[in-house]
Amino acid sequence: MSVRRIVSLVRTRWPRLILGACAGLLASACSVALLATAAWLVARAAQRPSIIVLSVAVVSVRAFALGRAIFRYVERLVTHDVTLQVLSDLRVAIFRRLERLAPTGLPVFRNGDLLARLVSDVEAVQDVFLRALLPWVTGVLVALLSAAGVLLVLHSAGTVLVAVTLLVAVVVPRFTRRWSHRAEAGALEARGQLSEDVVDTFERLPELVAYGAVERRLAGLADTERRLLRHLDSAARIRGTGAAAVTLATGAAVWCALVLGVPAVRTGSLSAVLLAVVVLVPLALAEVFASLALAAGELTRGAGAAGRVVDVLDTPDPVAEPGRPSQMPAAPYDVFVAGLWARWPGQEDDALCGVDLDLPAGRRCAIVGESGSGKTTLAMALLRFLDPGAGRVTLAGVDTRELDSDAVRQVVGLLAQDAHIFDSTVWENVRLARPTATRSEVRAALGKARLLDWVDSLHDGLDTWVGEHGDRMSGGERQRLALARVLLADFPVVVLDEPVEHLDQRTADTLLTDLLGATRDRTVLAITHRLQGYEDFDEIVVLQDGRVAERGTHQELMRIDGRYRASYQQELATSRRQIA
Amino acid sequence: MLPVDPRLLRLVAPARRYLTLTVALGSATAGLVIAQAWLIATVVARAFQDGAGLDELGAPLAVLLAVVLVRAGLAGAQDIAGHRAGARVKAHLREAVLRRSTRPGAQLPRNTGGGAALMTRGIDALDGYFARFLPQLVLAGIVPVVVLVQIAVIDWVSGLLIAITLPLLPVFMVLVGMHTRAKTARQWRTLSVLAGHFLDVVAGLPTLKVFGRARAQAAGIARVSDEHRSATARVLRVAFLSALVLELAATLSVAVVAVSVGLRLLEGRLELRTALVVLILAPEAYLPIRNVGASFHASTEGLAAADEVFAVLAAPLTQQGSSRAVPDLSTASLVLAGVAVRRPDAAADRLPSTSLVVAPGKLLAVTGRTGAGKSTLLGLLLASIRPDAGTIGVGAVDLATLDPATWRQEVAWLPQRPLLFAGSVADNVRLGEPDATDDEVALALHQASADFVSGLPGGLAALLGEHGAGLSAGQRQRIALARVLLRVTRRDCGLVLLDEPTAHLDSATEARVVAAMVRALAGRTTVVATHRMAVTAVADRVHGLTGEPAAAEIVA
Repeated sequence: MSVRRIVSLVRTRWPRLILGACAGLLASACSVALLATAAWLVARAAQRPSIIVLSVAVVSVRAFALGRAIFRYVERLVTHDVTLQVLSDLRVAIFRRLERLAPTGLPVFRNGDLLARLVSDVEAVQDVFLRALLPWVTGVLVALLSAAGVLLVLHSAGTVLVAVTLLVAVVVPRFTRRWSHRAEAGALEARGQLSEDVVDTFERLPELVAYGAVERRLAGLADTERRLLRHLDSAARIRGTGAAAVTLATGAAVWCALVLGVPAVRTGSLSAVLLAVVVLVPLALAEVFASLALAAGELTRGAGAAGRVVDVLDTPDPVAEPGRPSQMPAAPYDVFVAGLWARWPGQEDDALCGVDLDLPAGRRCAIVGESGSGKTTLAMALLRFLDPGAGRVTLAGVDTRELDSDAVRQVVGLLAQDAHIFDSTVWENVRLARPTATRSEVRAALGKARLLDWVDSLHDGLDTWVGEHGDRMSGGERQRLALARVLLADFPVVVLDEPVEHLDQRTADTLLTDLLGATRDRTVLAITHRLQGYEDFDEIVVLQDGRVAERGTHQELMRIDGRYRASYQQELATSRRQIA
Repeated sequence: MLPVDPRLLRLVAPARRYLTLTVALGSATAGLVIAQAWLIATVVARAFQDGAGLDELGAPLAVLLAVVLVRAGLAGAQDIAGHRAGARVKAHLREAVLRRSTRPGAQLPRNTGGGAALMTRGIDALDGYFARFLPQLVLAGIVPVVVLVQIAVIDWVSGLLIAITLPLLPVFMVLVGMHTRAKTARQWRTLSVLAGHFLDVVAGLPTLKVFGRARAQAAGIARVSDEHRSATARVLRVAFLSALVLELAATLSVAVVAVSVGLRLLEGRLELRTALVVLILAPEAYLPIRNVGASFHASTEGLAAADEVFAVLAAPLTQQGSSRAVPDLSTASLVLAGVAVRRPDAAADRLPSTSLVVAPGKLLAVTGRTGAGKSTLLGLLLASIRPDAGTIGVGAVDLATLDPATWRQEVAWLPQRPLLFAGSVADNVRLGEPDATDDEVALALHQASADFVSGLPGGLAALLGEHGAGLSAGQRQRIALARVLLRVTRRDCGLVLLDEPTAHLDSATEARVVAAMVRALAGRTTVVATHRMAVTAVADRVHGLTGEPAAAEIVA
């Protein structure tokens, strides 16, 4: 089970977790013992013995009271502290795993929502320890210990307590979960729909307002909301029945103790004094039972999150690292791709089917084709984010599979269309390419990316905060920042993956010119579906369904009646119509 | 922060009803707690003192069973009501915020994502608030008082003991709460910043890997988390110390009551039954208050979410114009006088000071590079953006004095990025005109050169995916155009605003669309933001936006 996996994952924290559980156990035990002793004290006092008989009980009652408070304090301190440690461990563990998987191993890297959910799942998993596992374990132990105590005095009443414990800790949660499963699933679906509806409404708000269509949209939303309520209500009914069952079981335990205890007193198998104890112990356990039920509910909730986290941990590496990596050869870094077949993890079909590519040092090559033609797959293979299914990629004569993938990426760099801009300063964002870089080196890189004027126009210059995902920058500025990084890292081989995608025509044109100018002295592989701007490249390769359809220089390709010429002419016609 | 947000009760009817119900259930529970104590004490005392058997104790045992059953029923009802109320309050708030967001000047949290997140995951914290915290709060208000009165009536010594210690709990809770609140709040904030940081780093992993910086980050995450942990532990130590004091007050009081009852029993000054009732009830007086303390966290989270929602609801709206009549647009000129729109925290304006006259019934093309303010200009004419300077005159009337909703009845607008939604083609075209007939829709599609629709499976009824998935950009553009043309014909709109109407169209289609546009919009005041020659060629006038204040303005 996934929760078990998570528990074993944080093995190093077990001693502290157990310490916390022990403190919690002692606290609850003191609580039960306090009432049991008090019951004995009162019942025995009613028999008017000498006060000496009661003195131990008097002292014990006070000691248990103190004990409960102090152990509870220790429990809280220890469990909260260890939970934060667990969270830290989990974050590091999942990060290390994601680090191996990025960017091809998991869909989360292409879907921000999935990623956000994964991250909040990691946080939900810490609640599994604090709010589910620890209280559940201590609750069950205390209840069983108390039951054992009662068992010694009155067998039947003890058995009832064991049964109630099992009922509250295991049976009721299990049935609640099973019966509410359908309603919960329905609610989940409706909630997803509602969330989509809400996002959609926000997105289209200006249009809805302008077209006077807001009311109808809200009515549609209210329908989804009603569907959600219907599912939530039936889930609530089942859960409420569960809550009633827990309260009933707790009350029934007291009632049974009375019904079993009273005849036992009559027959003399139970002393009258202990009858009070047998009756008040289940009453004292009411608090424990209530927390048990809560913990079981939390466990159900946390199991989903834990499952998703474990799934990520179990996802296989998209790239097999060599056991003993070869030495990175020296420059020049000629790249050769021979008969390359490759597919994305989890995909049935190959995205590349036998592609050859010669990229000797200094050569500039453009890969063009429609989306889905395998362009990005080729880039991923060159960066060793993907392993070839067949064929090979060599770097300076060495098969890249024999090299450590990080070493490959010290030579082959990428300027992606969606390079991540961190919620930090311009300085930090550029410097990550080479942490040892000085301010003047960073400025030089920004200058080559033609972003220095913009940076200097900002109030805080290099130290300007760029916002989440760089949302205080325009699309063009973000791409220039990404270019500055690539230039600062000084990769001998640069892969440009749709570097001017999502930008308007004019911005795209100037950026592309600057970009190709700044990388002129390097080996460049440009992935693009836009054709203009690459006319002076050494080779243009047209990919189609993972195969090379046409290849040659711009002039050569324009001479043959093929896809390249047709697309190029259409693109040219469209852009000529644009007003300067 | 109050434990119950008065706005929640004032503005949200389901919350109000739920609170009433919870008070009723809580009172009933308090009564049952006392009845249960008496019944148990009676049975034990009689079995103990009189040696009574089951046959003699049948009646109290039967009643006790009934009490247990009813208590279980109440607990179930409370739980169901709590979850139902949470769901209903959330639905209510969602609708209120959405409705509010449609009003001009509504303040949404930062961006669309933020607003949507608040509306979905953000207010989920209210579940715990309604299902757990509020019932406990109500119980804490009722049960201790009822129990205390009951104990005092039968044994004033114990009553006095509890009466002295019981008020210490809430008082101390509030005092400690005030002391640690700021610190705790700061700590939770860092926690969420930390979560945000982690998300940022994970989202940037592909980038970090390219630069060989990914592995180094793992150590960074561990270090930051650890620093945060020790800081949190320091805060928690204080917060938990207060819990310790509360716990001590509660448990020691119970212990003292138990001992005092026992000793008086020994001296024969108290009945066994009374003693048992006191012993059973004493912990019940403290339990609800302790529970409130334990779920305080659920309350702060829920209330923080509600607070954010109410902040959105309470934000002042832009002054609405009066609902005076809109001047006849076939004769009234639109006069923009020194209109400017600023961009917060940026040097450049979204629209630098601009003066411009749009003659009635004419087609004005607005050109300029990206960011020069073309779309902003259209937004101003749509009355969805308010100018920061200058005025827009509609004939003799200032646009700002008109009710935006009334004004928009006269306006048809094509946004720069029109959004199609999941649904049929016809539904998409009918966006503002739900009553339009199929013929009218078909005509509008034809005018917009969207005849490809008849080739789709189902024709007008063909289903589109989200954002019009399944169609090319050019096809989506033409459906959006049909949407505008349908509105223009049906409403006889006097003003048509088109933002890049021929984007994504090839030249042949563009020519057809422009011709149809000219025909359909003849005699209507039309403002088109465009890059394209085909459009400027048919315009009565072309106004170029430079992104800089007009020369005349600089002189002035």
